[in-house]
Amino acid sequence: MRRRLLAVLFFGASAVALVFLVLPVVAIFTRVPPGRLLHLLSSPVVTDALVVSFKATAIAQGLILVFGTPAAYLLATRRFRGRTLLVTLVELPLVLPPAVAGIGLLAAFGRFGLLGSTFRFLGIDVSFTQTAVVMAVAFVASPLYIRTAIAAFEAVDPDLVAASRTLGAGSTRTFFRVVLPLAANGLAAGESLAFARGLGEFGATIMFAGSLQGVTQTLPLAIYAEFSVNFDLALALGALLVAISAALLLTLRLILSWRPSPRISPSVFAPSS
Amino acid sequence: MATLSADFALRLRSFELRLALDVERTVALVGPSGAGKSSVLRAIAGLLRPAEGRIALDGDDWVDVARGICLEPDERRVGLVFQDYALFPHLSVRANVAYGGRDRVDELLERFRISHLAKARPRELSGGERQRVALARALAREPGVLLLDEPLAALDAHTKASVRVELQELLAGFALPTLIVTHDYEDAVALAGTVGVLVDGGLRQLGAPEELVASPRDPFVASFTGANLLHGRTVGHENGLTTVRLESGELLYSTDDADGEVGVVVHPWDISVGRAYLDDSALNLVSGEVGSLVQVGNRVRVRIGPLTAEVTEASAERLELARGGVVFASFKATGTRLVPLS
Repeated sequence: MRRRLLAVLFFGASAVALVFLVLPVVAIFTRVPPGRLLHLLSSPVVTDALVVSFKATAIAQGLILVFGTPAAYLLATRRFRGRTLLVTLVELPLVLPPAVAGIGLLAAFGRFGLLGSTFRFLGIDVSFTQTAVVMAVAFVASPLYIRTAIAAFEAVDPDLVAASRTLGAGSTRTFFRVVLPLAANGLAAGESLAFARGLGEFGATIMFAGSLQGVTQTLPLAIYAEFSVNFDLALALGALLVAISAALLLTLRLILSWRPSPRISPSVFAPSS
Repeated sequence: MATLSADFALRLRSFELRLALDVERTVALVGPSGAGKSSVLRAIAGLLRPAEGRIALDGDDWVDVARGICLEPDERRVGLVFQDYALFPHLSVRANVAYGGRDRVDELLERFRISHLAKARPRELSGGERQRVALARALAREPGVLLLDEPLAALDAHTKASVRVELQELLAGFALPTLIVTHDYEDAVALAGTVGVLVDGGLRQLGAPEELVASPRDPFVASFTGANLLHGRTVGHENGLTTVRLESGELLYSTDDADGEVGVVVHPWDISVGRAYLDDSALNLVSGEVGSLVQVGNRVRVRIGPLTAEVTEASAERLELARGGVVFASFKATGTRLVPLS
């Protein structure tokens, strides 16, 4: 009897959770007929936002890869005092409320921020430009990539690196021919997570970059700008983001399921030190 | 043939390792796990940095701490075969071998009988095949010295015997100074002409296998060679014989001379086993119940009290040896060695 009650409770709870999670997504597609949804997607607000979003996200991803990968590798392979603190600091933007991220970016790089006078001296003004969008996206998305990349690099068997070195490869060649290929899946997973996070960035962007159509208005910002003016258009934008996110998630799933194990022959014997 | 000379100290996590060794042909280092065996290989390969000392191949200095020389691993001509082979899982067998050097790939694949596996990935290979790939890859580097870390430990008991024979033949053909580390004395003897016993970060004894068996310098060496080691204390000297009282109370006689706490070393094959007491020239007699019987090849290892004896299969049958039966074990005073216990 008690067993059945427990089962009913569990199934009931699962049903509530499922409906709650799925309903809003379904609602986006049902409020407006599909034909009109497609038609709305050709409006300039949508195409402008799409261009801004993808341009900013792509540039930010490039920067994240170029700067984040070496940082993640060092954090994964070096042991030094304060490493845990450093990793925590790098991961902090991940849990920071977006509004805090926005105000922080303003305080650091804004016109009256910490580096404001330096930037002004160099003739750079970042706030409320596309550069600001890129910076906001990079700020909130890079910790996701770095975090996953650290785990990916840590999973590479150090003996394989050592083997490469004894076989005559220098550390650069070892990195590109052994470490990178073996960590590639993890890096790709981190990259798609960061991409998804960057695409949906809202709070930091609106505070640091503003919401100017065709300049700094990304897809999420366009939804926010349209929902009081043209709710159907906001829905169309929402539908677009749902489709992109689903595609990203699917890609991520594929990447993760196709993973050759990095260790090939786990020894059942304790290594002789 | 070239000579690798290593004379260095290495600070490890819990102890310091000191080693002076010349490797001309094949040398095996045996010792319990945690003795620092793999660290010796890693230091020679350049993966660990010695705190002091020198490592050189012929006149070519790889490490000379006093002169501030410490070459990177890729600057030393060394072929290191890792315990679990460390083949690159994302590369084919051919690409793994070519990673060491592109010039002789086909020749090596042929020589190690892995040509048919050239396109396979390491995870598709058996343990023996992986080892051959690892060896081929190490040799592709054209090393001046070959280092093997527990070459047989990653194999199951069944394949181990055949791979050992195979490895023996291969090593004989390489004509390279080779240093092997293993925890198994039998493997060491099978693969190397010189065996060193490494315990607690130090080389206890270095010599031909027969030398180690015949005159072990200390109890560790004795126990590693598979000999019986009985703890006792000398109680008298008479007619060139030393009398030792074992911890169990029994008296043994040895032609070796020693004083104080000693270990009595006697080899299993020097012990006779009988159902009845025989009054022959063997001075030492221990009686006890048969604790266990284990078949080792065509011999049977019999455990009698604190002793392990080896008899032929035929003798074991004739004597109807069985667990729990009382038997007499005898061995001559001349068949014992006394090693001082510290």
